Amino acid sequence: MSEAPALNAPILRATQVTKRFGGFTAVDALDFTLGQRERVGLIGPNGSGKSTFVNALTGVFGIDQGSVEFNGTDITRLPAWRRARLGLARSFQIPRPFKGQSVRENIEVPLMFAVGHTNPDQVEAEAEAILAQIGLGARRKANPKSLTQVELRKLELGRALAAKPRVLIADESMAGLSDTEVDEVLEVLLKLNAGGISIVLIEHIMRAVVRFSQRIVVLVAGKKIADGDPHEVMSQPEVERAYLGQ
Amino acid sequence: MLVNPELLFNALLTGLLLGGFYSAVSVGITIAFGMLDIVNIAHPAFIILGSFVAFYLNSTFGIDPLVASLIAAPPAFLVGRLLYKMYYYAFERHGEESLQGLAFFFGVLFIVEVGLLLVFGVDYRFVEADYIRKTIALGYVSLPLRLVVPLIAGLAMVAVIYVFTSRTFLGRAILAVSQDPGALRLVGGNPVRVKEIAFGLSIATAVLAGALLIIIQPVEPSLGREYIGRVFAICVLGGMTSLGGTVLASIILGIAEALTATFVGPSWAPAVAFGLLIFTLGARPEGIFGR
Amino acid sequence: MSATEPIVTTGVPIPRRTVGRYLIPLGTSAVIALFAFALVDWIAIEYAYLATYTILQYVVLATAWNIFGGYAGYVNFGVAGFFALGVYASVVNYKTLQLPLPAVIVIAGVIAGIVGLGMGYLTLRLRGVFFSIATLAFSVVLNTIFINWHFVGGARGVSVLRPDAPTFFGTYPRYLFAVMLSLAIAAVLIARAVEYSWLGRGLAAIRDDEVAAECSGVPALRLKLLATTISGALMGMAGAPFPYYITYVDPASAFSLTIAVNTVAMPVIGGMTTWIGPVIGAVLLGTLQQVTTVTISSVLSLMLVGVLLVVFVALAPRGIVGVVKTLRERWA
Repeated sequence: MSEAPALNAPILRATQVTKRFGGFTAVDALDFTLGQRERVGLIGPNGSGKSTFVNALTGVFGIDQGSVEFNGTDITRLPAWRRARLGLARSFQIPRPFKGQSVRENIEVPLMFAVGHTNPDQVEAEAEAILAQIGLGARRKANPKSLTQVELRKLELGRALAAKPRVLIADESMAGLSDTEVDEVLEVLLKLNAGGISIVLIEHIMRAVVRFSQRIVVLVAGKKIADGDPHEVMSQPEVERAYLGQ
Repeated sequence: MLVNPELLFNALLTGLLLGGFYSAVSVGITIAFGMLDIVNIAHPAFIILGSFVAFYLNSTFGIDPLVASLIAAPPAFLVGRLLYKMYYYAFERHGEESLQGLAFFFGVLFIVEVGLLLVFGVDYRFVEADYIRKTIALGYVSLPLRLVVPLIAGLAMVAVIYVFTSRTFLGRAILAVSQDPGALRLVGGNPVRVKEIAFGLSIATAVLAGALLIIIQPVEPSLGREYIGRVFAICVLGGMTSLGGTVLASIILGIAEALTATFVGPSWAPAVAFGLLIFTLGARPEGIFGR
Repeated sequence: MSATEPIVTTGVPIPRRTVGRYLIPLGTSAVIALFAFALVDWIAIEYAYLATYTILQYVVLATAWNIFGGYAGYVNFGVAGFFALGVYASVVNYKTLQLPLPAVIVIAGVIAGIVGLGMGYLTLRLRGVFFSIATLAFSVVLNTIFINWHFVGGARGVSVLRPDAPTFFGTYPRYLFAVMLSLAIAAVLIARAVEYSWLGRGLAAIRDDEVAAECSGVPALRLKLLATTISGALMGMAGAPFPYYITYVDPASAFSLTIAVNTVAMPVIGGMTTWIGPVIGAVLLGTLQQVTTVTISSVLSLMLVGVLLVVFVALAPRGIVGVVKTLRERWA
């Protein structure tokens, strides 16, 4: 059994993570840490391996090399559901709601399975609270097929929140949102972080990433090319080249 | 227990001949399932349909089954195209999961089998042709023509398919459509139409192979069930999309079945295909030639 | 939001007072059982017992299949295998211990459940399509084993004599009917319980999106294994009385493709997301088949099943239940 981590130890640590698909290396010997209560932005051009990395972290598939540590525990071989129960949650880049269930029922699934509530009244009450938090209360009985893109992304976030995570990986939760909506979501995320959740924000909307992150990591072709203070990183020539060349 | 070398040799030979023929039976699944990702579990029913078409043409008009196979192939191609159209409009267009496609083809399998039962009844049927009872001598070995003729015809068909998919635009489009429909559109191909033609081809090969099958053995409507296991086992073992893999896997299966039938018992042979399938799925899911 | 009112949305209802929720269905089932029994008694033709036996058998099979096929979305073609396990467990009992039928049913359920667990363990790591093919493989392998097992008659089969019925029931067909009726009610209650439980919610999430479910904490493999075990056990239990019904058992009748296609077609036609769909499908399709068999021909009734399956799967995939729901939403 692992010891309790020191107060300054990272809550999430990926060491030399490598993932290949056939002959193609999607993630190449990546080192990544997330501190307690830290806000890290993960950016990179399309196809740079961000979502693959997230899938590897959350256990959607296994990795070829390296290790992943969560809160002091080695989770490299754990299945996705165990990682979710330990407190590692993520939203999907392309929303994947449970289409056979209502919005509220979608939120209830992680409450029942990741958090482990058995009392139906408690599940319902907490689901309602989360719906209010993300602003989907009015759509509680709607089927996801009838939701707008914006509402779907909010549902993704809501479902991740319902797992009561210690770490939340928000994969492009703001794509397609208007400026005001982006700020709305940022406020929610900042509040969550203030409440103790460490957050990895994967985004293409640069102003949001810079405003939100305490640290930015840049991924290009599966490799980390920068890791540090947002403004410093953004002014590095390699980073500019990676985005301009895209 | 000493293995009788003559028995062993006969088993190997039969297995080789039969296995080679199995490739003709399976190439349609390599196309439909391997390349197009369509789980056409009704494929074996169309094989048997081909057998009965040959039987009908043979018993009513005296047409040789080889000729019958060529006659039956074009209408089968059209039926295949039609079937794909139905499948596409009902499922693929909506991006539905394979669950419903499976149930659909399961229903089609049943309809074809019961249809054959209605028209022809439960009895075994066979064809008459000069070469069926003959054998040819090749050195010390005598080969039954009823095995050799379908083998050669079947392999010829596989060879034609191979040439088609590697040399013609349409054929290469079929190979491409499974891997990268976007790229196909860029070079002017229409993925849906390509898939439709490929599926039509798949059914045509099934019917043609069926007409050859009835040369080897008598056929009755429920025989298709034995072939479900065979064709999927061969497809998976052969690496899903590789035609060469299909041929090799077919021969392996043929020999395995023949050895089982000879040394364990003929009633165990149907389990060989599925056993091989389960083993492949467990041990090496990419098959022999898979990537 | 009232705490006593169930929330019924587009998906799965959440029951409130679960204790009350169990008393009502149990009470209703008892009433239905007595009513059905009285009705068939009143018709008082031996054939009626046997015809309704078949329909009730399909209620069990369709309901059992749907626990995994409908709730989780995995198409199990191994129906014939599980059913046959129950049939042959019963045959072995007939030739050896001669235990009474209810005991055999339980034993058959246990055996089929264990086999379901084993099969699930071997096949559930495969992608959906390969799982289905593997279940077919399982069925064929079992078929081959039973063909070669001479103790149970091998390919030629074995005759089974009906013992005396327990005195309360009079004739044996009447007894078989009562047994199958109880089994059908039990199966439906179990399916209902699963559907409304955390297991049902988890399976529904798996059906909608397995990866997203896992990332939400749903232990997919465990729930699927649980579902295959329950499903397999019930299908095996449906098979246990079969030898006494048909009085001559051979692998062809036990592994019949008809049973397999019917078991898949009935939930598809009735509706796969809820417990009542398989019941509707079984009663409608089963009755239709009996009528067609008697009036036209048995082969034609088979053709009907195939056609209906294809039509429903293509045009009305949510089944009769789905069609009714859509109509109600339109008129609401």
